Amino acid sequence: MNRLLSFLFHRGVLDEQFLQLQQLQDETSPNFVSEVVNIYFHESEKLLRNLRALLMERELMDYKKMGIDLNQLMGSSSSIGAKRVTNVCVAFRVATEQNNRVGCFRALEMLEHEYCYLKNKLHELFQIEQQRDLAAGVRYPVQN
Amino acid sequence: MASPQNFASKLTALVVDDHKIYQKVHQKMLNNFGVKSHVVENGKEAVDIHWHGKKFDLILMDMDMPIMNGIEATKELRAMGVCSTIVGVTSRSTEEEILKFMEAGLDDYQEKPLTIPKLTSILHKIINSNPI
Repeated sequence: MNRLLSFLFHRGVLDEQFLQLQQLQDETSPNFVSEVVNIYFHESEKLLRNLRALLMERELMDYKKMGIDLNQLMGSSSSIGAKRVTNVCVAFRVATEQNNRVGCFRALEMLEHEYCYLKNKLHELFQIEQQRDLAAGVRYPVQN
Repeated sequence: MASPQNFASKLTALVVDDHKIYQKVHQKMLNNFGVKSHVVENGKEAVDIHWHGKKFDLILMDMDMPIMNGIEATKELRAMGVCSTIVGVTSRSTEEEILKFMEAGLDDYQEKPLTIPKLTSILHKIINSNPI
């Protein structure tokens, strides 16, 4: 396991579910992890935009809809092993169940922060792996 | 020692989930075991595919889905006489919801995300109950 991945595990950013994704990657699906993570990024950004829009509603806040979006985000996050993001979703959901507007705002900020951190670190991880694969290709060129 | 892909390569599975990540992960897990799998996005598509004559050894059924959820779909499939192993998979449920899901006709229930050891155990049970 490389140093960055080890660091992310140690800090609780990722959990063993991410390892499970890596175990599924093989010669038939060499980009499996990055494909799954890109789906996650795409879905999460849409959900985060929805949550922010719902929180900005001046009139009645739709806490039920927020709860639905949060469940989706929680499910996606836990499916890729994004432990800290999942944990913040749990806290956010508690705030929606209590109809706590201030609590929801705070939770959303924390969620956006954790998500950005995760995204940056995963991009860094994929770059390191790509460079390692390129270097391996140079060291052990395929012989025709 | 037989490779993991050998022991389940005669089985077929249906992944019923509206969540793209789980569709991809569960299908990849099944494919790695050699299981031929098909994916549908909701309970209605799962029921329709059976009306068209398709059969599967295993159905991985999500609970919360649009159009028709997993509980309704499981009830309909059992009412149609579908005898496949149906395993409910869901990411968050109360005890009451799990009971309702089981009572709809599940053979088993697992929390998401499904892991390789859990899936191995499910596939072994199917093979052992239907020796070829």
